[in-house]
Amino acid sequence: MADIVLDKVSKRFPDGTTAVQDVDLEIADGEFVILVGPSGCGKSTTLNMIAGLEDISSGELRIGGERVNDKAPRDRDIAMVFQSYALYPNMTVRENMAFPLRLAKLDKETINQKVDEAAKVLELTALLDRKPANLSGGQRQRVAMGRAIVRQPKAFLMDEPLSNLDAKLRVQMRTVVSRLQKQLGTTTVYVTHDQTEAMTLGDRVVIMRGGAVQQVGPPQELYDHPRNLFVAGFIGSPSMNFVHAAVEDGKLRTALGDVPIGERVRRELEAGDAPRELILGIRPEHFEDAALIDDETRRRGMEFEAPVDIVESMGSDKYVYFTVEGERATAAELEELAADAGAADFAGGGSNLVTRLSAESPVREGESRRVWFNLEKIHLFDPGSGRNLTLHEGRSAGALAD
Amino acid sequence: MSVNATPAGAQAAAEAESEQSGGRHAAVPQQRSRRGSRAPLSENKRAERRLGWLLCAPAALVMVLVTAYPILYSVWLSLQRFDLRFPDERQFVGLENYVTVLTNDFWWTAFGVTALITVVTVAVELVLGMGLALIMHRTLVGRGIVRTAALIPYGIVTVVAAFSWRYAWTPGTGYLANLFDGSAPLTERASSLAIIMLAEIWKTTPFMALLLMAGLALVPEDLLKAASTDGATAWQRFTKVMLPVMKPAILVALLFRTLDAFRVFDNIFVLTNGGNETSSVSMLAYNNLIRGLNLGIGSTMSVLIFITVAIIAFVFVKLFGTAAPGSDDGERR
Repeated sequence: MADIVLDKVSKRFPDGTTAVQDVDLEIADGEFVILVGPSGCGKSTTLNMIAGLEDISSGELRIGGERVNDKAPRDRDIAMVFQSYALYPNMTVRENMAFPLRLAKLDKETINQKVDEAAKVLELTALLDRKPANLSGGQRQRVAMGRAIVRQPKAFLMDEPLSNLDAKLRVQMRTVVSRLQKQLGTTTVYVTHDQTEAMTLGDRVVIMRGGAVQQVGPPQELYDHPRNLFVAGFIGSPSMNFVHAAVEDGKLRTALGDVPIGERVRRELEAGDAPRELILGIRPEHFEDAALIDDETRRRGMEFEAPVDIVESMGSDKYVYFTVEGERATAAELEELAADAGAADFAGGGSNLVTRLSAESPVREGESRRVWFNLEKIHLFDPGSGRNLTLHEGRSAGALAD
Repeated sequence: MSVNATPAGAQAAAEAESEQSGGRHAAVPQQRSRRGSRAPLSENKRAERRLGWLLCAPAALVMVLVTAYPILYSVWLSLQRFDLRFPDERQFVGLENYVTVLTNDFWWTAFGVTALITVVTVAVELVLGMGLALIMHRTLVGRGIVRTAALIPYGIVTVVAAFSWRYAWTPGTGYLANLFDGSAPLTERASSLAIIMLAEIWKTTPFMALLLMAGLALVPEDLLKAASTDGATAWQRFTKVMLPVMKPAILVALLFRTLDAFRVFDNIFVLTNGGNETSSVSMLAYNNLIRGLNLGIGSTMSVLIFITVAIIAFVFVKLFGTAAPGSDDGERR
């Protein structure tokens, strides 16, 4: 077991493209870190560099305090789990799991004992004599995990290990992975493009975009205090709503009405190069049916009225989609996020608002409904740089903060 | 089949017949539903089937004409004493020709030469071809040029290439012969065989490489990555991961090449013309059949070659049986 340190690690390909740019990351011993981002953000390349499957163009990689830039994968003592599982088709489950041990020239008895142990942990004992072709997706995935854990390596590297499973099994395996990592206490770097996995699994999450790290932190912190527009839009499901906001007379003119701003944001906006147009971000759960809130809560936010487009009842609460007039928020980050979600050409006119209202709300499709939203929870972003203007010393305090 | 027993008139009987030909469709107990909705489908299926046969027919017919008939005819000839120089002595002799051939030293010498050429060339080609395939597979720059260059020998007509080898090894004028002080390697048995094998290997290694490269493409990149993180050296990755995954492709390549090599003819014909006991079985059959005009003995040799090739193919196909992906898994369950 060991810590992993990436010190200004970059990857440039011969054709000139930079896949990973100056990534600084310190992963503590036993920590579970998730690399997440849309496709092509450099997360897999970063993982491959840690594994030694890709050369590091510049910067330094240390595992357990030792520089390993020039070491072959087999000398780094790391185990990797692949999205395709990469099981050796000609070997049985037992042989697959024993493969790294056999290469390490352990004696037969130790190998058998270790394989049996790992098989027991992953409930593979009954399958040991089968070949991968005769296993289900979930079983193959467990064998791949088994092959990684038998060696007791310094670190586990996982490249979207659950992406090929169906949704139900994925949720189940998520807890298996999580429990296994806690039990073994092995440093783990886990790559995924699924933000739910990122939120639920990791001690810390690293959000990447275009080869650069956007923000590193515990999942809740990323959710509550996103440093920029990209992080805000990437984390959360359904994702944060973004509304165009024009700065006028010390107020923000938005499709949700005129939003007042506090001292701190005002100071930000008085700077010479401050943008005149902003993007207002608010999460679905920070809306509520205006009829259902008490007066004290009402004071912390403001209300607007809009036609209800669609109501999705989830049982515990309702997802209500509104259509609001006005300009759509535009920024490079948002377009990238939409493209990743495959919805780039699917936006329609006006802005769509996703809200999560209480299940008690009698809201109906087609009617016009008054909705309250929490001003303390809104974020303001600079559309040019994507920076979160409401963030102060790493904490987001809403638009009204003084 | 029991379907015919349903007493539902002529139409139902017709349906039943089409269902039989349609394969697995189980008989539906209610006659009405069968009559109503299934009939047009079966009709279509039948028409499709008939069309399928019609489309296959010309090819099947040509196959029968050009392969089945000659094969059967040569088997028939091999059972006769039939020498065109003495056409009056034509006579059915049963297996006498086979006894003659199989007790003849010339045949066994040629058989030995052929087997030697087959084993040596295929083995060398496999190794070289694998190397070439790896190079072609891994080349990043100028991939097209590398592959084209590697395939040139295979593109040259064998006889033309054989003549250029012959001239190269001719003392006095050949550049290769001059390298060895003007010796005449094509006049001695061992060196002649070596040159024949060299020419064969030079010519068909690219073909082997091409087949193996297709096999290399079957090895998932992730598998090799997994092996390297599991601690395998490059050699271990090759022997423990790549080769087993490629096994079916390797067997196909070996089968093709073995069958080809066993029928070696052109190179020997041009380089030595069978002199110094360098004849292959094909040469021998040709000499008896075309030059000697002995249709009986020649055909016997052809049939024996055919049988040998069939045995080789059978053995390889048996090997495939366990190598085909997934097929060895069933018995494990």
